[in-house]
Amino acid sequence: MSKHHVTTVINGEPMEFLCEAQQTLLDVLRDELHLTGSKEGCGSGDCGACSVILDGKLVCSCLMLGVEAEGRKIITVEGVADGDKLHPVQQKFLEHAALQCGFCTPGFIVAAKALLDENKNPTEEETRYWLAGNLCRCTGYDKIIRAVLDAAAVMRGEASA
Amino acid sequence: MPRVSYTAPATVDEAVKALASAAGLAKVLSGGTDLLVQLKSGRVKPDLIVDMKRIPGLIGIREEADAWVIGASTPGEMISANERLEHAFPGVVEGTDLIGSTQIQGRASIAGNLCNGSPAADSVPPVIAARGVAIVAGPNGRREVPVEAIVTGPGRTSLAKGEFVVEFRLPKPKPRQAGAYLRFIPRTEMDIAVVGCAVDVTLDASGTCTDARVVLGAVAPTQLVVDEAAKALIGHKLDVDTLAKLDAAAQKACKPITDKRGTIEYRTKIAGVLARRAAAIAFERAAARA
Repeated sequence: MSKHHVTTVINGEPMEFLCEAQQTLLDVLRDELHLTGSKEGCGSGDCGACSVILDGKLVCSCLMLGVEAEGRKIITVEGVADGDKLHPVQQKFLEHAALQCGFCTPGFIVAAKALLDENKNPTEEETRYWLAGNLCRCTGYDKIIRAVLDAAAVMRGEASA
Repeated sequence: MPRVSYTAPATVDEAVKALASAAGLAKVLSGGTDLLVQLKSGRVKPDLIVDMKRIPGLIGIREEADAWVIGASTPGEMISANERLEHAFPGVVEGTDLIGSTQIQGRASIAGNLCNGSPAADSVPPVIAARGVAIVAGPNGRREVPVEAIVTGPGRTSLAKGEFVVEFRLPKPKPRQAGAYLRFIPRTEMDIAVVGCAVDVTLDASGTCTDARVVLGAVAPTQLVVDEAAKALIGHKLDVDTLAKLDAAAQKACKPITDKRGTIEYRTKIAGVLARRAAAIAFERAAARA
């Protein structure tokens, strides 16, 4: 079976890849493009460790075929920082110790960035509901929520970076 | 995952041709939030995947003179973001919005929720209650199918080979008509309905119900349109006696199973409770439109 040729933009850079129809976008990111920040936790859309932003919307890359990415713009965790400068969400995850084993962290970072791109001033409740599709078995979530709310305050210019 | 072919047709006709001429099993792909899980687990082994999202109109919402039209592959987040649609069909929007996480909402569609054939699908009862019609394309052209006639059992639909849902038409509500959907889950988020209930009512100027639809989910192999429950509402205001009759009619219609989410007895009782609560919300919304 012939491979599909897919043209896409990943983290702002035009990118082409070949993939088989049954490969998920997560398979392509990790195995073909070596962007291994996105993780496979459950592979069934329950845990959010594979979260990416597709044309501005948060999706699970494990629930999407690589070939569906044709002509789409994708942001992965590798594209969240501005060069060496961490995104406020990343900086606040460090400061609040919002990670322990770190496996779920890329998904949380991408999901939190997608939230703050859409809503500059989310309530705690909105933040918890938004992140309900991201599972963390270490932190108990509280530090993650505080880190995201603090990052939102920084991005609004109401707290120090 | 096992090997499969993929095509993304640009027109409805091409899609019908691809589905109808496929050797072996062809599966329709919208958001993929059910299909990809089934592919990975090996529960479904298609030879061909037909991605409908490149067909113009399959993603999108439009208002026509007498109806709202929702493209079959329109993701939940786009449905929730449409305030005018939400005002017209609050039950449909709240049912769709209950499906999965933010990530799932970015992809999951009503057509996928429907054609996956789960008795617990949250978007389906409110679309049926709103008298939604599925526009089905196939080798013999297009046909209009009431949404309640699509699913025939768990994982099964009445669609023939080569057919797929193109869009849903929801007739515009009358002046004092509104819907509501409630589901019961033992937590606050991220779960599958133990019971779901959609109610759609039309009131007259005095607040008396002149037309109604009551639809239950997760209490039978398919969604149930409960005519006896609608009859309990029609001709009445929402008084204690009417609520009791509604509750009894909803319970009587249930044919649930016992599983890890709930027993037959529990599901049956909850169906009556949700019918009363959803009716109260629908009446309030309809009255507020007067």
